[in-house]
Amino acid sequence: MPKPPKKIEIFKAGLWKDNPVLRQILGICSTLAVTNLMVNTLVMNAGLIFTLTMSSLTVSLLRTYTPMRIRMMVQTLIIASYVIIVDIVIKAYLPSISEALGPYVGLIITNCIIMGRCEAFAKNNPPLASFLDGIAVAIGYAIVLMAIALVREPLGFGTLLGFRVMPDGFTPWTVMIMAPGAFFMLGLYVWIVKAFFPQPQEILKSG
Amino acid sequence: MADIDAGTLLFAAIFTNNILLTNFLGLCPFLSISREVRSSLGLGVAVVFVMTCTAVINYLVYYYVLVPLHLDHFRYIVFIIIIASFVQLVEISVERFFPALYFVLGIFLPLITVNCAILGASLFLIIREYTLIQSIAYGAGSGIGWMLAIIAVGSIREKLQKTARLPKGLEGPAITLFITGIMALAFMAFSGMIQIQ
Repeated sequence: MPKPPKKIEIFKAGLWKDNPVLRQILGICSTLAVTNLMVNTLVMNAGLIFTLTMSSLTVSLLRTYTPMRIRMMVQTLIIASYVIIVDIVIKAYLPSISEALGPYVGLIITNCIIMGRCEAFAKNNPPLASFLDGIAVAIGYAIVLMAIALVREPLGFGTLLGFRVMPDGFTPWTVMIMAPGAFFMLGLYVWIVKAFFPQPQEILKSG
Repeated sequence: MADIDAGTLLFAAIFTNNILLTNFLGLCPFLSISREVRSSLGLGVAVVFVMTCTAVINYLVYYYVLVPLHLDHFRYIVFIIIIASFVQLVEISVERFFPALYFVLGIFLPLITVNCAILGASLFLIIREYTLIQSIAYGAGSGIGWMLAIIAVGSIREKLQKTARLPKGLEGPAITLFITGIMALAFMAFSGMIQIQ
């Protein structure tokens, strides 16, 4: 087994170097849909951070007892259990947001990032490192989604977290509330990051 | 909204409420597979088949097993297990009985388990309280809509690779997201025809 990487390195990789959304374009399915309102984004992010961190920790704790052949099934069940907890908590304390999020909370299960981190990191690393990796990746993910919501809500509704931020004469851009707005924003961010901060192997490839 | 007839729902699921372009589901395999038309078509066919079948199975299991037993909170776990085992079953039987088809579809089948569009379709039909017939129409429609979107984007990307000179950083996922956004804009033109929600 390779030596576990340094804690600070894990954090840096999750937040920026291997940022799940901008670098690997993973797990955007269920969560792009909620970025038209900042409140929904925050709730969804909280759910995702909890699920990802706890799943990484659990998979790592069970890593020596899980037979290799059925590990995907075990991981899915672990993830699904945490998602059910998140779903019940949101339903109980934030019923109106639960309604707005609809099936997307449940779809955290099939978010490829969670499975990806369990497969790539947690199954070979000790619990503490996996826990930190989970937090770092989840926060890296949350930041990107908040950046998208930060543009979509003011332009689409003229508000931010429900407060009016745009001047009175502002005409909302309907396209920002609809699906294309999210695709364009994410495309733009990916483009900027790839153009100005290329990864080492990309420099080699294009040079 | 349970009073839409199945034909209308099928049309709506393909065009006005396309599961990929308006609900963002199934984006991960979409971005990586849509590089060429051939593999897009293969994955698309597999998705249509699996989505229709799992919609029916999940509907039956939810209303005839989970609801009577008051276990509806466990639907996430149950649905994902059903989808995973169904895919496995299809893979085994296709390999055994239709080796030629397996050669074409084989590598795409395992990808489908983690396709959020499949689970998403099953969850939508529970939340929107569709009947069995409507669920079949919705499952099939969503699958066909997904296939349509991936083939359309796949053909554009295939052309782009040969002809376009893209600015640095835009190639790959970024341009695909832009194409998808424009495609979603085009599909919004259908949205005046029927509204389901």
